[in-house]
Amino acid sequence: MNTLPGETLQGPHIDWFAISPLLVLLGGGMFLLVAAALTPRWPKGMYATFCATVAAAATAVSMVLWHKVSIHGPRLLVGNALSLDHFTLFITIIICVAVLLVSLVTDDYLRREKLDGPEVYGLFLMAAIGGVVMAGANDLIVLFLGLEVLSISLYVLAASHRRRSESQESGIKYFVLGGFSSAFFLYGIALLYGATGSTNYTRILATFNDTVPVVRKDALVLAGVALLIVGLAFKVGAVPFHFWTPDVYQGAPTPVTAFMASIGKVAAFAALLRVLLFVLPHWRDDWRPAIWVLAVITLVVGSTLAVVQTNVKRMLAYSSISHAGFILIGVEAAGHRAGNPSAGTGLSSAMLYLPLYAVMVIGTFAVVTVVSRTGDDATDLGAFRGLGRSKPALALGMTVLLLAQAGVPLTSGFIAKFGVLEAALDEHSYAITVIAMLSAVIAAFLYLRIMISMWVADPEVGDEQREAVRVPVGSAITIMAAVGFTLFVGVVPGWVISVSKHASQVLQK
Amino acid sequence: MTATVALALEPTPVWYLLLAALLFGVGAFGVMIRRNPLIMFMCVELMLNAVNLSFVALARSLGDIGGQTTVFFVMVVAAAEVVVGLGIIVAILRRRPNTTADDMVELKG
Repeated sequence: MNTLPGETLQGPHIDWFAISPLLVLLGGGMFLLVAAALTPRWPKGMYATFCATVAAAATAVSMVLWHKVSIHGPRLLVGNALSLDHFTLFITIIICVAVLLVSLVTDDYLRREKLDGPEVYGLFLMAAIGGVVMAGANDLIVLFLGLEVLSISLYVLAASHRRRSESQESGIKYFVLGGFSSAFFLYGIALLYGATGSTNYTRILATFNDTVPVVRKDALVLAGVALLIVGLAFKVGAVPFHFWTPDVYQGAPTPVTAFMASIGKVAAFAALLRVLLFVLPHWRDDWRPAIWVLAVITLVVGSTLAVVQTNVKRMLAYSSISHAGFILIGVEAAGHRAGNPSAGTGLSSAMLYLPLYAVMVIGTFAVVTVVSRTGDDATDLGAFRGLGRSKPALALGMTVLLLAQAGVPLTSGFIAKFGVLEAALDEHSYAITVIAMLSAVIAAFLYLRIMISMWVADPEVGDEQREAVRVPVGSAITIMAAVGFTLFVGVVPGWVISVSKHASQVLQK
Repeated sequence: MTATVALALEPTPVWYLLLAALLFGVGAFGVMIRRNPLIMFMCVELMLNAVNLSFVALARSLGDIGGQTTVFFVMVVAAAEVVVGLGIIVAILRRRPNTTADDMVELKG
């Protein structure tokens, strides 16, 4: 750096259009917070409409960028800090659509709980920025910043129901454990930096490409990789780093749970896939066994503990843990071919799982939001009893979503699970496939329990005193969209499989 | 003899790395055994600052400025965490004074 004294500081070249999804989300979030603070209360539903519009606009510009990347090819942005490729845009689109769906549910929820205001929507948009940055980061520090933007927004969101002490309890638990895991993640970055001299993905990979195996700083790199995996495994809720998940999912306001379960997990898996497969392919024989173990215990513990719960939100929290196990199978399968130009089906199967899972889980938690009634307390299994008689359409929608989560054919869940298992079989990982299928059978029992409560069991004693379940318009739209997507993909899966194949073309330099 | 001792006591980046690892361990241990949410939170901050120290030590031994600039990002993130964390902790303590982590058992199963 021999800059002459008179020379002005030159920043990196920025292609503004290429980062427009981020700019739209940021501009929208900032405008919402500032404008809502300066103006009197907006008419009902306007905050949510604004948030949904911003998310839709970000989706639209991402699609335009997708088209541009198809023509001109992927590239690095902002001084090699972000990468623009189909992988990033695919995750961006999932996150923005998820924000759109969740904000519709949140509108009804906030007005029912008399908490309506712009803050939650502003935080949704900020969290979405964090998720998009995590997916597109090309530098470990940028990844860390994205992770923290997402996590800090989620801490506030989890604690955002001011009158429920469970909500605050979940906020503080998530906050302390989240900060704890972020520290491990950051320590991993520091060790990798010490071993390679850079935090940039491109330069880390180049260092590993160049080093002669004899002089590798093995201990530093291995410790760094292990700590990175711990940090990200915490965020995706993989066992044994899952202990926060049930408490936080149960205590947080239900739409926020939908948000965490979809966007938080999608963003963390995107980061995990990119870091492991495209930054550390030379170390795949070291990290793949760790992912294998994580996947197996996540599957087994997630589905087994789900069965013994009595609270539906807790059950779904454990079910989301077992979904994380399935996605980890895809990661493990991709690990066999990491660094090879002829990538197997592992990466694209994990990429296929993410959107299907996000839509299912948002739909399911939207139903739980509606059933939880004012106060957000009626989430035990008893509250679902007799739903099939009082609200048959709602119960039918929930049934479809639960069947999809169980992986029943003709739903998107089957396509997703079939994809990762097929990828594992391609790599001859028979043991993990058998364990996954057994745990899917155990988990099916959990979904069956909720369905039996809805359709077979009589309403709880005293249920007539409870307020009736109402299905407001916004929630109805989200649930119908989720159910429709789930069934449509289940019957016509070809297009989404081919999109996810495109999305697994990651920029490699 | 004295010369060798003086040489051996010259602080090298490795000393700072070991110190950072020690601080990180103290912080991690504190989060696990302390029950006051404020102290647990301070332990998390200690862990982040231990990482900062390793970044600076590594940057020094690599002769690279990148690690030192990273520290600024981490400090900003830690400050943002303080804002949010104290907000949540104050909200809880106002509702239930003298709360410890063991009292937060509404969510379990």
